[in-house]
Amino acid sequence: MLDHLRECRQKCGTKEGCASGDCGACTVVIAEVSSEKGSEKLLYRTANSCITFAGALHGRQLITVENLKHQNLLHPSQQAMVDCHGSQCGFCTPGFVMSLFAAMKSADSGQEPARQTIDEQLGGNLCRCTGYRPIIDAAMHALSSPVDNDHFDCDAATTIDRLKSIGGIAAGTKTEPHGNFFRPDTTTGLCELRKKYPAAKLLAGGTDLALSVTQQLETIDKIILSGEVDELKNFTVTESELRIGAGLCLTDFRQKIITLCPELEALLVRFGGTQVRNQATPGGNFANASPVGDLPPVFIALNASVVLQSVRGLRTVACRDFFISYKRTQLESDEIIREFVIPLNSFNHAENPASVINRFYKISKRLDDDISAVCAAFHLQMDGKTIVQISTGFGGMAEIPKPAPELEKTLTGRVLDPPCIEDAKAALMKDFQPIDDVRAGAAYRSLVCENLLTRLATEIYSPETSTTVTDHGI
Amino acid sequence: MASNAHESAIKHVSGAAPYIDDVVDSSYKHIAIGGSSIAFGSITSIDLTDVRASEGVVDVITAEEIPGSKDIGPVFAGDPLLTSDQIDFHGQAVFAVLAETQMQARRAVLKAKIEYAAQTPVLELPEAIEKKFYVRPPHRMQRGDALSALKEGLHKLKGSVRVGGQEHFYLEGQVAAASPDEDGGVHVLSSNQNPTEAQKLVAEVLDIPMKDVLLETRRLGGGFGGKETQANACCCLAALFAVRNQCNTVCRLSRRDDMVMTGKRHEFINDYEVSFDNEGGINAVKYQLAGNCGSSPDLSDAIVDRAMFHCDNAYYYPDVLVDGLRCKTHTVSNTAFRGFGGPQGMMAAESVIDEIAFALNLDPLDVRKKNFYSNDQLTPYHQPVTDFTVPRMVDELEESSCYRERRKAIREFNSSNSILKKGIALTPVKFGISFTATHLNQAGALLHLYTDGSVHLNHGGTEMGQGLFTKVAQVVSAELGVALDAIRISATRTDKVPNTSATAASSGSDLNGMAALLAAREIKQRLIDYLREQHDCAADDLVFSAHGVSISGVHKYTWQELATNAWIARISLSATGFYKTPDIYYDRDKARGHPFFYFASGAAVSEVIIDTLTGESRLLRTDILHDAGSSINDAIDIGQIEGGFIQGVGWLTTEELKWSPDGRLLSDGPATYKIPAIGDAPHEFNVKLLADSPNAAPTVMKSKAVGEPPLMLSISVWCAIRDAIAAAGNYRYFPALNAPATAEEILRCVTDVKAQFS
Repeated sequence: MLDHLRECRQKCGTKEGCASGDCGACTVVIAEVSSEKGSEKLLYRTANSCITFAGALHGRQLITVENLKHQNLLHPSQQAMVDCHGSQCGFCTPGFVMSLFAAMKSADSGQEPARQTIDEQLGGNLCRCTGYRPIIDAAMHALSSPVDNDHFDCDAATTIDRLKSIGGIAAGTKTEPHGNFFRPDTTTGLCELRKKYPAAKLLAGGTDLALSVTQQLETIDKIILSGEVDELKNFTVTESELRIGAGLCLTDFRQKIITLCPELEALLVRFGGTQVRNQATPGGNFANASPVGDLPPVFIALNASVVLQSVRGLRTVACRDFFISYKRTQLESDEIIREFVIPLNSFNHAENPASVINRFYKISKRLDDDISAVCAAFHLQMDGKTIVQISTGFGGMAEIPKPAPELEKTLTGRVLDPPCIEDAKAALMKDFQPIDDVRAGAAYRSLVCENLLTRLATEIYSPETSTTVTDHGI
Repeated sequence: MASNAHESAIKHVSGAAPYIDDVVDSSYKHIAIGGSSIAFGSITSIDLTDVRASEGVVDVITAEEIPGSKDIGPVFAGDPLLTSDQIDFHGQAVFAVLAETQMQARRAVLKAKIEYAAQTPVLELPEAIEKKFYVRPPHRMQRGDALSALKEGLHKLKGSVRVGGQEHFYLEGQVAAASPDEDGGVHVLSSNQNPTEAQKLVAEVLDIPMKDVLLETRRLGGGFGGKETQANACCCLAALFAVRNQCNTVCRLSRRDDMVMTGKRHEFINDYEVSFDNEGGINAVKYQLAGNCGSSPDLSDAIVDRAMFHCDNAYYYPDVLVDGLRCKTHTVSNTAFRGFGGPQGMMAAESVIDEIAFALNLDPLDVRKKNFYSNDQLTPYHQPVTDFTVPRMVDELEESSCYRERRKAIREFNSSNSILKKGIALTPVKFGISFTATHLNQAGALLHLYTDGSVHLNHGGTEMGQGLFTKVAQVVSAELGVALDAIRISATRTDKVPNTSATAASSGSDLNGMAALLAAREIKQRLIDYLREQHDCAADDLVFSAHGVSISGVHKYTWQELATNAWIARISLSATGFYKTPDIYYDRDKARGHPFFYFASGAAVSEVIIDTLTGESRLLRTDILHDAGSSINDAIDIGQIEGGFIQGVGWLTTEELKWSPDGRLLSDGPATYKIPAIGDAPHEFNVKLLADSPNAAPTVMKSKAVGEPPLMLSISVWCAIRDAIAAAGNYRYFPALNAPATAEEILRCVTDVKAQFS
């Protein structure tokens, strides 16, 4: 999308800072029709255009920095940045403006936002000049001021009609490629294409796939987009389980799961930047099979299973068995990831008879928008002080995300007191032999894992004690 | 004082401020550079057949195709534009490709077949120190007899601190575009802090006179020193291809190539020996500051010198000896980065103070105060310290930040929480202002007043976000009287103002502002002379303002009328201004002199919290008081202070350069190299300019330079982290913390102090 904007459309307001989705200079806003509770409205979300495939935008409105001015007046998101001295070299500025614009579109207007809200909304945009304070001021100002309808609001009805008519075009030919780009809208159609073109790349959020083009300079022969398959975006709570569509974006996933599993919030807010969460999906996080993805350890610890679908039918695999070796999974070449299923008794909720403790720890060099050095997920069922059952998931500790079976064995039936922790550390040594890499050394990873047991014990037995630096300075 | 917005602010927020890649249209062909895949050795064969045959490729060059000079070293040789034989670092440029699109050029590069005879590289700084492997000879500064004094001191300490390097990570990567001009000439657009040097190097590489090369720089998407010399290779390649192929070309590095192929801030290992009295007063100190210069000299002589110039920071050393080593490693040649070695030198000073305070169980702030310069005491390079505002600022800041109370509260918190520990530190900054190469302290400006009363302004400085163009326009507006928006700020061009210095060393406003002021003064004097003759009045009767001129209180002419009348009277309405900084000199052979016109200073208090289980840290609060003299633009100066501070915090905390055992940069993108994000800015961040503090030196509008000094305020964060780590060992062991204080490094130190404790 970024190349298309800059090279084909000569829209050069959107900048390339890294071409890898890590700096936000290329941020654009994508609006789509959302029809929740019967009423239709436009949902405005940011994306890194450098890692967005143009074909994925079909039926959606693309808004770039050039579109914000109206009748030669700056949009309030732009004016606030000028008033607060939010730009210095100016290169990151269009990206910040777009993130701020999207934040304004999703905020309750006129409410003074919490600083954390701003950090979260703008956390995927890097600035090297200002030190952020004036940008924070601008965001505070823009989000606090009651905003009259802007020209996007005024045009909303027309935009919705146009988008619906575009989205409907070629509905009957969705399994026919546009060039080499397929847009199926059912899982059946998706599976048929997968069967027919096993070498084609399956595109969900694309936040990783796009790097093969922008960083490895590969060409992709055929792409099958999964983003138009609504069946993949379900989030369903039944009597006994939670079913999560593989194609739900992480922003939606986070909003929906927070009531069931508030402990996940701290991890999910640090999962990429907002732009990445708006695109990335749980299915992609699993299919990609990175040893440092953050959702696999969580789902493994929560005893989730993954449902795979192909023209041959459906099959279910426990998440802890899904990963085979580095970047290799159980997924066959004709299969797609349909959904994830988590038993409700994995969550700490009112109807759950068990006493559940879930903890998800992400340790990274930078607190925000970083990849984990270590990700550790703990799911415990307690009887008083005793751990009755435990399941775990770890990222960054091996070539695949995996549980720590020796650790689980050691902790089952015990109180997590200092002698137990010593035993657990020895067990961890058997479970993992991590490696040195650019993110952290092996010794550090091992030590952190051991120490996280102390954090866990403190949180279980001394819940009044503050255990994380993110509790402070807010 | 004024808080005018940045001259391009509205264009920035609208995406309407063109950067170089934004003006590149389909008429441009694209360049990509092929780098070596070993760190040290020689090339045995190059086969570029497949590169040439690759889709879209127009031209391929190696060193052989360079018509003129093959070396683009800025001061000393050692930086081949393309190397033909010797490889000195991984990613060193070997060949370059011109293709129809950037993707085609980059893909073609991958098809090269190059064979090497690899040798064992020197990659680590300690090995280079040990082997005395240098790019330039060591240099020494001394005053008194430190070696004897060290033996006699009451208390003695020895220590060492390793300070990591830093990637610039300007958001706009290196880029230059070139168009062939008449008579074999070339016009180069470059994101460059030093257009004159690029002009000179392009001329040398093409073997044509400088008059045939025009360098133009409207704005940079960030520089920070990383485009002082490192932008030149793109300029030279773009120009070379443009002239060879008589077509428009652009050389824009991918982020990864940029990070791999261009220089960074120098890593340093600072060793110290110090003797001191019971109150922490320093008797004598001896430093060895060893900079990792990478594979070539580049600017390293001056950078290590500046580290030496700042190893005193704000402290008087009765006897002092400083050795500065310019170590060579087979890594990309390190270069200028905001502070230019000063921050690394200052880290030595602050480490010494902290260690003394710890040894004597004193508050480090008291030891700092104890050792502050008094007026007219001599630095290690024998320049007297005058107009020293640090003690005053530190007193004010200590009080306004409630430093003592908070230090007490932190100790209480630390005794109540076994996992999290807080720390606090107040550190000062004294930074010498001027290029230490005296001849660089000169600048020129060009001013035209048109007959409609509007003004065209040009000077030798480059705009890289620091607000230089805004400030200089304000200076002209104030001097001449015209409205700010009547002044057109134009791109820096080597055909308008020649032979300029880099926009560097925090000198942009001081030098170019003064040059522009002198040009404005010249034109104004001509107008005054003209009006006095016409109206038979005294100069004092004339008042110039945005509305025009009034005589004896009566409005007489608009600027349009005045300019038109002056033109009809055949008065020249164009002037140049030239400024050279007075009173500075430095005798490097003797390591003595007065290299700095004045000192800029500031102070910061930072409070942090660390997790002793994971090493994670968070900056909780920072209070800064900074001396910008009489600020020309409060908002811009505060922007420089906050931005410099956070950039320094990144350098000392999360920004870690990592290399593979064979010398390949591993942290080669923003996914692995972490500059501060918005959440890293402290939630409580109080920044103030020192009030009533006009510069005692005769600078433009009595302001002080503000580009680099605030970066070093971040040392307060690093010292606060060390204070927090010490708490993990109940303040009984001094944590041997290095920089950057990543979570991993913090946890290493926590483990250390805990092990010693138990």
